[in-house]
Amino acid sequence: MSGFFKSSIGRKVAMALSAFFLMFFLLQHLVINLLSVFSPDAFNEVSHFMGTNPLVQFALQPVLIFAVVFHFVMGFILELKNKKANGVSYAKNNGAANSTWMSRNMIYSGLVVLAFIVLHFIDFWIPEINTKYIVGDMTGLHNGEFRYYHELVEKFHSPLRVGAYVISFVLLGLHLAHGFTSAFQSVGSSAGRKKVLQNIGKAYSILIPLGFIVIALFHHLTHNH
Amino acid sequence: MNLTLKIWRQKDSNAKGQMVDYKVTEISEHMSFLEMMDVLNEQLVGKGEEPVAFDHDCREGICGMCSMYINGEAHGPDRGITTCQLHMRMFKDGDTITIEPFRAAAFPVIKDLVVDRGAFDRIQHAGGYISVNTSGNTQDANAIPISKHAADEAMDAATCIGCGACVATCKNSSAMLFVGAKVSQYALLPQGQVEAADRVQNMVAQMDLEGFGNCTNTGACEVECPKGISLDNIARMNRELMKAAVK
Repeated sequence: MSGFFKSSIGRKVAMALSAFFLMFFLLQHLVINLLSVFSPDAFNEVSHFMGTNPLVQFALQPVLIFAVVFHFVMGFILELKNKKANGVSYAKNNGAANSTWMSRNMIYSGLVVLAFIVLHFIDFWIPEINTKYIVGDMTGLHNGEFRYYHELVEKFHSPLRVGAYVISFVLLGLHLAHGFTSAFQSVGSSAGRKKVLQNIGKAYSILIPLGFIVIALFHHLTHNH
Repeated sequence: MNLTLKIWRQKDSNAKGQMVDYKVTEISEHMSFLEMMDVLNEQLVGKGEEPVAFDHDCREGICGMCSMYINGEAHGPDRGITTCQLHMRMFKDGDTITIEPFRAAAFPVIKDLVVDRGAFDRIQHAGGYISVNTSGNTQDANAIPISKHAADEAMDAATCIGCGACVATCKNSSAMLFVGAKVSQYALLPQGQVEAADRVQNMVAQMDLEGFGNCTNTGACEVECPKGISLDNIARMNRELMKAAVK
């Protein structure tokens, strides 16, 4: 089995497995964020649960961090290996004749998403870890009220951040437009499921990023007076 | 037709190559691309210059030798064909055509447009066979019932001619369409089951050893393959390797 993950195909399977986890994570993240549009109270409740539940904090969170780091480190390793396999470059290469832009530029869409994750960590994750585990305040309260909704709204004041947010999610959509079906192909999904997976992939890669963009724009426009 | 050709010239495997411009005149649109190359070479020989070396054999689309990367695509702009089946009517009078060898670190250039595709032979030797004694005591082929569906799919996979267009086209220089087809043609048939696990593991190991890249499922290989080998063969190879790993 260890030999399997050292093979070219094993690495692709590992890449796909981390992608499945990240795609599931994105879906649940979107569902929670959507609550902020419809009910600030519900958003606060769920955020407090996710932020203080030991299972989420000490089991799922480390798995998530591992999956993110693994996915981009392995992505880089594969990209470098593939470049090495190319040898001399073509003087003329018409990639658009046989493949999509998304499929040929996963490394670039991935890098934009990675840059976004860094921003996201600085914005939310580091302050959150600081408040909870360094300062030691696990109450989730600020001036007697849950702080989560307020913090979210605060972040979307800046048009610059909202702009960066929108661009990142468009690139994430492009990454998913190829990545969703690609991950299933890597784990050997059969020909019969191809059409269904392509359709789900299309819907997923449009709706997930669009959802995050709409939430950002909603808070920017409704609280920016 | 009068054409300008930009052709990769490289004296031998150690030499540093370069693109060189040539003019050819009075090319008929009914000619195949290789016939056009023959006309160019006759011109060059007439002038006492070294003709352009290129691979070719059957000239009817079955041997897979004619490995040219034409205007940025393996076997040129047409679909489902090899270079010998590409007609000059696909181009216009006055066109400039770029002609390069198939590029991949695992396909080193021998001379001009000729590349060494011995890596494919070594992958095939690693497992692309069944161990059956064929010395005069073979049983009747119909003694083993095979479903029509499996027989058709295995036959489709077996139409791979090993030309290397998939590798040349792939942005990662991956050989997975070729290996996927070779693994599939046996995996789909009862005769292939006995050695199935060893076959896929050995062929993939040899593929990695030869320095081919990793498939990222762009699907470019499937589009450029002269025999229309489906990407589903790569998924099947992945399944076969996973099956073999947990065995």
